Amino acid sequence: MEPIKLKTPLTKEVVGQLRAGQSCLVSGVIYTARDAAHKRLVEMLERGEELPFSPEGQLIYYVGPCPAPPGRPLGAAGPTTSARMDIYTPTLLAAGVRGVIGKGDRSPEVVQALKEYGAVYFGAIGGAGALIAKTVVAAQVLAFPDLGPEAVHRLEVKDMPLVVIIDSLGQNFYTLGRAKYATV
Amino acid sequence: MHTIKGERITQAVAQLFIRANRELPPDVCAALAQAAQREESPLGRQMLASLVENARLARTEQMAICQDTGMAVVFVELGRELRVVGDLYEAINAGVAAGYREGYLRNSIVRHPLDRVNTGDNTPAVVHLLLTPGNKLKITAAPKGFGSENMGGIALLKPAQGRQGVVDFVTGVVSAAGANPCPPVIVGVGLGGTMEYAAFLAKRALLREVGAPAANPLDRELEVELEREVNKLGIGPQGFGGRVTAFAVHVESYPTHIAGLPVAVNLNCHAARHQEIVLEGEEE
Repeated sequence: MEPIKLKTPLTKEVVGQLRAGQSCLVSGVIYTARDAAHKRLVEMLERGEELPFSPEGQLIYYVGPCPAPPGRPLGAAGPTTSARMDIYTPTLLAAGVRGVIGKGDRSPEVVQALKEYGAVYFGAIGGAGALIAKTVVAAQVLAFPDLGPEAVHRLEVKDMPLVVIIDSLGQNFYTLGRAKYATV
Repeated sequence: MHTIKGERITQAVAQLFIRANRELPPDVCAALAQAAQREESPLGRQMLASLVENARLARTEQMAICQDTGMAVVFVELGRELRVVGDLYEAINAGVAAGYREGYLRNSIVRHPLDRVNTGDNTPAVVHLLLTPGNKLKITAAPKGFGSENMGGIALLKPAQGRQGVVDFVTGVVSAAGANPCPPVIVGVGLGGTMEYAAFLAKRALLREVGAPAANPLDRELEVELEREVNKLGIGPQGFGGRVTAFAVHVESYPTHIAGLPVAVNLNCHAARHQEIVLEGEEE
């Protein structure tokens, strides 16, 4: 099946049509954040401050990239394990973030928040750091430069390959895919 | 007696980590290709093809295979007739710092597990030192990502739980890990010894050529059974469902106490990175 082409920012309507297991190619601007940046972003929201980027319709990518080698916008940039961000995700989805990108399963609270806010959880290819970096057209540090690889980066991507893991109905592709092939 | 200068060790370690992070070993590339042949899930096959392409890109464009360039694990086999001039651990850490800087590799180490301040040069390394016969120095660099490291486990089983207890525990660890450790994985199993020695054996098992059988016949039988059981889980490449959850299971064992059956599981993601070099000293 041909992958679905998506352009950020994403509307609730577009995300509402995505289904667990579909392959997508995402283009446009996305924002990176992992453990330390999530803590700060959520603290900013709790204090009523503006985030470094307007969250409405945006995608957050869980990644701590390698430093950019000469002549490249970014080094290797594959997904990190999403579960560490579970406690922060519902707050960011409530603020308008339309989707998150990582790898690995999510908590029931995150699934509930995805349904409530009409958002999506995408999987990027874990361990394909070089391949994914080739889809990054431009990169800049947007906030928290003191966090080094954990800083919030603004990435411009072209045809970044993703798979819908948990859709806005709460359907989980890890569960569905595994059930299809398990023989125990 | 032979001697070797610390600077030579530093240079070798720097190059090993750069190479390990950019060049997937041939046995791991072969494991990816073989997995693609037996995987039944179309999406799983597509993911394996992407990983082959990722390895090719990393090698030809000199980029890191994965952004998690790991904690630097170093196995050192030091010949008893070789003397290191200077501090071996300092020489290794200087090599790690240089390699991560020159190779544009990510610094992922924090100075204390609780205050979490990045050390800025990916040091210190975790060094395992073994004394061996002869006058050579073998260094194996194994950068270890924490997506897979976090999903390992250890159990101190009762002897009565026996082989079935081991099979159930190992399968349970892989099952609970799901997509997190970036499957297909290599499952390192350490059996026996003490608690910390079982964990060491599990790590060392990951260095073996993918799928090469254990020396001990009991371990070999266990490897066959575990590989079969783990691949029944249906987790598949990337956890998207499929037949190939593990490329291989490697078991290493050691004598243990009459009262114990320690078993440790250390998982390695599909990017099983390691490089080694043998250095010769100069005659004194």
